[in-house]
Amino acid sequence: MGEFKVHRVRFFDYMPSGIRALAFNRDIERIAVARMDGSVEVFHCSDRFFQEKIIPGREQCGIEGLSWVGERLFSAGLNGGITEYDLTNQKVKYTIDAYGGPIWTIAGNQQGTHLAVGCEDGTVKLFEVNEDKIQFERNLDRQKSRIISLSWHPSGSKIAAGMMDMIQIFNVETGHSVHRLLADRGVGTSRSKECVVWSVVYLSDGTIISGDSVGMVKLWDDQTGTLIKSHNVTKCDVLALSVSQNEDSLVAGTSEGTVVQFQFISMVLGKDDKEWVRTRTFKNHTHDIRAVAEITTAVVSGGMDAQLVVRPLLDKVEVRSAASALRKIHFPHRRLVSCARKSGLMLFQYPGHLELWRLGESEGKGSSLFVKRNPEKLLHLKVKGEDHIRCSAVSPCGEWIVYSTASKLRENTLHGLKHFLFLFFQISKLPMVLSSANQLCFSSDSSHLFSASAQSSVHIASLSQSGCKFVGTLKPKSGSHQAIHLLAASEDGKWLASANSDHEVHIYNLQTRKAHCTVPVYSSAVTAMGIHPTTNCLFMMYADQQMCEYSIEQKQYTDWSRTVQRKGLHRFWMERDTPCLNVMFNPQNPSHVILHDTYMLCIIDQSLPLPDDKTQFYNQLTLKSLPEEQRKSHSHAFKVCKTFKDILCVELMSDQSLVVVERPLEDVASQLPAPIKQKKFAT
Amino acid sequence: MVETSDIRVVRCGGSKVNLTPPIISSDSRFVLCTSGDLVKVYSTRTEEWLHSLQGHTNQVTGITLNPANHLQVYSCSVDGTVKLWDFIDGILIKVQLVEVHETVEIFLSSGLCVSACPECFQLVSVHLPKSAEQEVEAKEMSAVSSHISKNPSCTAFGRGGEYIAFARHLQLNVYFFRKQKTYSFSLKATDKKGAKNAFTCIACHPTDDCIATGHEDGKIRLWRNFIHKKEYTYSTQHWHHNAVNTLCFTPEGTHLLSGGIESVLVQWQYGAGNRKEFLPRLGGSILHISASSDGQLFCTSHSDNKITVIESSFKVCGVIQGLVKDAVLTDLMIDPRSKALVLNGKPGHLQFYSLLRDKHLYNLDIVQQEYIYEAGLDQFEVVKAAFDIKGSWLATVEERGKKSSDLEFFLKLWAFDERTQSFVLNTTITAAHTDRIISMCFSSSEETTMLVTAAEDSQFKAWCQGADADTQQDQNFWSCDFVGSYHKLNPTNCSFSADSSLLAVSFQEVITIWSPDTWEMLTTLCQPPGVIRDLCFGRLSCSKYLLGTTTKNLLCCWNLLTCELEWSTSVDVSKLQPDPFSENVAAFSYQSKHTDLFVFKPSEPRPLFTNKNVCSEKVHRAVFVPREEPLNSCDESTQWLNRSQLYFLTQNMDLLTFSTATEEDRMLSSSKQLVIDDSVAVTPFYLLLGKHRQQQQKLNTQSHPVSDKPQQTQGSVTIKELLHTPAHVLPAASVLCSMFVNSFLISNTGVQQDPLSWLT
Repeated sequence: MGEFKVHRVRFFDYMPSGIRALAFNRDIERIAVARMDGSVEVFHCSDRFFQEKIIPGREQCGIEGLSWVGERLFSAGLNGGITEYDLTNQKVKYTIDAYGGPIWTIAGNQQGTHLAVGCEDGTVKLFEVNEDKIQFERNLDRQKSRIISLSWHPSGSKIAAGMMDMIQIFNVETGHSVHRLLADRGVGTSRSKECVVWSVVYLSDGTIISGDSVGMVKLWDDQTGTLIKSHNVTKCDVLALSVSQNEDSLVAGTSEGTVVQFQFISMVLGKDDKEWVRTRTFKNHTHDIRAVAEITTAVVSGGMDAQLVVRPLLDKVEVRSAASALRKIHFPHRRLVSCARKSGLMLFQYPGHLELWRLGESEGKGSSLFVKRNPEKLLHLKVKGEDHIRCSAVSPCGEWIVYSTASKLRENTLHGLKHFLFLFFQISKLPMVLSSANQLCFSSDSSHLFSASAQSSVHIASLSQSGCKFVGTLKPKSGSHQAIHLLAASEDGKWLASANSDHEVHIYNLQTRKAHCTVPVYSSAVTAMGIHPTTNCLFMMYADQQMCEYSIEQKQYTDWSRTVQRKGLHRFWMERDTPCLNVMFNPQNPSHVILHDTYMLCIIDQSLPLPDDKTQFYNQLTLKSLPEEQRKSHSHAFKVCKTFKDILCVELMSDQSLVVVERPLEDVASQLPAPIKQKKFAT
Repeated sequence: MVETSDIRVVRCGGSKVNLTPPIISSDSRFVLCTSGDLVKVYSTRTEEWLHSLQGHTNQVTGITLNPANHLQVYSCSVDGTVKLWDFIDGILIKVQLVEVHETVEIFLSSGLCVSACPECFQLVSVHLPKSAEQEVEAKEMSAVSSHISKNPSCTAFGRGGEYIAFARHLQLNVYFFRKQKTYSFSLKATDKKGAKNAFTCIACHPTDDCIATGHEDGKIRLWRNFIHKKEYTYSTQHWHHNAVNTLCFTPEGTHLLSGGIESVLVQWQYGAGNRKEFLPRLGGSILHISASSDGQLFCTSHSDNKITVIESSFKVCGVIQGLVKDAVLTDLMIDPRSKALVLNGKPGHLQFYSLLRDKHLYNLDIVQQEYIYEAGLDQFEVVKAAFDIKGSWLATVEERGKKSSDLEFFLKLWAFDERTQSFVLNTTITAAHTDRIISMCFSSSEETTMLVTAAEDSQFKAWCQGADADTQQDQNFWSCDFVGSYHKLNPTNCSFSADSSLLAVSFQEVITIWSPDTWEMLTTLCQPPGVIRDLCFGRLSCSKYLLGTTTKNLLCCWNLLTCELEWSTSVDVSKLQPDPFSENVAAFSYQSKHTDLFVFKPSEPRPLFTNKNVCSEKVHRAVFVPREEPLNSCDESTQWLNRSQLYFLTQNMDLLTFSTATEEDRMLSSSKQLVIDDSVAVTPFYLLLGKHRQQQQKLNTQSHPVSDKPQQTQGSVTIKELLHTPAHVLPAASVLCSMFVNSFLISNTGVQQDPLSWLT
């Protein structure tokens, strides 16, 4: 199938940040995830949890709560501000201060008219949601201790607020407290510690469910203010609660890393007297679960161990398929590594800095080679200011580095993006037009820089020794203005393809600087694409594991692509649970397409027949055992290599060697803080 | 031999009491459990065996209280009948013949009986016909499921008998009787974490629709919402580290009890997640749990044939111990003093069990070391034991090490202490032989006691009690007297003649006869081919004969006076057991998958009694148990059972015996008289009233049947008045006292002033 020299890179110490909050929007089927470093990500639930949008965070910006109001996303954090996000351009829209000290929680009502935030100073502040902004309305009765958690009654007339040692129920109209529910402290030594009500849920039948630091999930009646039932879930804290849409299921996340499900079940079959009963326990996390969300068919949980776990509820799933399997998302669905193909340099993107490395050299032959020269770190570049890096790129020649951040300059202006270009450590200023970039890409001869910007447009800048000059802008003829998350330039410098979050792929002719055509919109998001160097066909990978090849010149799908669509892909290929992150082409063998996802590396030989469901998919071992003559009849287009695990990036260098950047999950786990110590049986 | 039907093989005495869950009567006074062919009734307070329900002709496999009448109990048996009993009086009320071949287990609810038949383990619902006749045939049957688990704990009735839940391997099925519909749910064969998900037991909540299931990996799942194909749900709890053997909800449904091999009774609070209580160290692993209907008492039955009665406050209040015979290593023996059956019981102990009263007497700790309950540990076990003829000496051998390389064993001699009425360790011999002891016997003479041990080191040794010259002590310890061997052959057996004048030791194919007085080898007897398997001398009038069996299917009888073979016959004898009280010898022969019994006298080669097909397994252990009072049967075939009873142990560890027709008649007649009120608790008032009543009854029957009637009512009226009148209106105690005493007097006239007239 072809032999490659492989650089197995393990010195990219990428650390995913812990998950702090989750918010699910049922109408658009998106789940928003806030991380400890202040970044916010949006996942598409019905598109195999593809990470559609990433809004990078800032230093000292701890998000504590997320809330959807309609299709708008708000967050609040310990810096005391409420932030609205511009999801179209994937950036912060504005931040206003609530003037109540650090904000611990934010909750929007179901009607979409108001936002409530719980502050350190003991106030619950109501904000009215206007067309373009939010407006402070009033405070509810001020309490003595900080407000940790909030939940609106579905009617919007009452709010339950979890505090230290108690829960308050407020009447929203009057702003006065209706009931005070006292939560018991723990027994023994924890008697002296305050009981923190980490989470409350207000149900439409008037039941309030609370999860507290004693490890109890308690059910209260809001009419009488009495405790109905309490369940001891854990010895540690219950940190998060989430109830399903029809209020028949509740999940609680604990600091032991377990998610406990409660169900509203009739105790005698066929009768109506229902009770909340503890049913299942899911243990997929090693550390504290800081946020849970019950979406229609699954339970999503995230915590300190930085992985987003989607645990399907099989009783709610109509058809069991790969889309409804247990899913653990460890790494972003974007590329954090870029390679200078011609000079053997690698650029690693960390939230706050960039690292440039030169690959090592080796000699000898065999399955493992002797390292002649160790890889060396050439550059450690810290970002100016508080903003984190949104995207970065290194030019193929290795002379240029470009990165962009999202910075908060002034309110209500376009959020400026600073660009820096490095030419042998010479910083060159960019034209102001290139002020915003969602994705960056160099042309293959390193002469041009493409920068995806607002309104789905792409700016072109030419690069020369003297500096950087703005050349022009490519704009799509029509379509949405969603931000572009993928760019691909052709080898001959003639074509540029861009993909945005609305699943649109536009192709531009770089010579005429005009839009050339648009690839038919598919229901799933594009996760990776590349333009074939010889045939100029655009090869696209989708989040639902489908693949397409589109001939740019003929403006139609290629025959091979149509064959793939007609015959369908193999079951094993469709059941993979991570999206393909890169498409490469082997210049020595034009029929080879190289793909990778987190768990495997795959070479597709377009000249070989496609496998059907009856053929053996992983057939390398079988082929090896067969004599030479029979191999041909048994081989099919997919050659899968599972030697590497936890792959962040695979790139084919111009010297026909492969660079595989791995980030083993064990290394990630070893850098996490110690989890809560639990007694294990027989230890 | 013609009258073989007179003699039946029965399971009577020493049977398993842990086969099925015990049941507690609704007033918590009685515990009922199956025991062989009987259902036994025990008192919960005194742990005494009160009486038994006798009538089944084969193993009783299930009992349950009649839901319509809590004083009645249903029982089912392998003989294909379901019987209804009044368990307080022990009266058989009704017999139902069920057409399935063998009823294995019974579950009852609202007049519906579900039984399983053993070939394919079908679950069949049998409609019990309402009929006044005593014997009815149940014909109305419908199959519920054709494949259920062999384990009866995997089937349980749900709330109010509306549905039945049964599990097999990895599938749980719930059958609703009204809808006649089955819902099934299956678990994954293997979990990723190596969990074993197979179901081991089931219990249903009494009021809620919740099914608790136990699993092989120790998990307990609580299933709910099981009328939905997909929206069913379960919660999992895990404490047991090994398979959950049994589950039981308390009658109120507030708690769930579970037990397993850990022998810890775990009480889970229903609906409160992990809150649980433990009652540890209950003995053998827990096999069944049952709760009384008022929830005040729990019963657990254990693998060491024991029933523990536990109060709801988690305090053990009674232990009913049966005969432990899981792994019998020693021979079956009879303690000459107590006439109790002796064999190894609890690990490292000898148990003394009275077969007549079917009661465990006591355990004698032989090993005197802590036993650790863990699989794979090599620990000391009692493997041999022997009593001398008076019962004043006991010799035991304990060993550990399955392989001969790390074999370790002790020979211990115990003297009976009259003062403490128990055996006291006299001598421990650490290296009696260099290899495993094969056989051991005491001399049977009255004057000197001598122990002979034969071991695999091709030696036999004689041990005598003698004053040790070195230690000037009063106690006499045992020491070796003689070491004998024969051509370096390994001995296989040793036996003393009835008068102890001769010792026979068999070395492979050769029997050597020794004189114990001079230790001179008198003669050798040999009948090749075949290694000698069993050896015994004849008794009483036949004491001149020596019997031997060989591995080559030969039973030989030598005349010791002529030293010639008297007779021999070709039969594969697996066990030869002489009756110590008569000339009879019993021989069990195993061929073509069943065991036959021959009883014969050594003097004549013709058997007195043959019973073909006693059981289907091999018999290696048997014992003659002396009767308390001899039977006086004249029938030739039953005569051999007059003075003693033959018990034998099959490979399945079933203790079987023979019962004759006359014996059964006597038992039946006695059981009818057994309707005494001995179940009534003995309170002071009972003593007062009961004795009084008995006296009167005696008088009634003896002399005046009519005239005493008013007297009795008068007496009870007095007491009733005394008890029911409020204390503040009662007259002084001195007044009452005379009246109270007066009421006990028997008036001759019957014309007496009404003692209560002043009250009105």
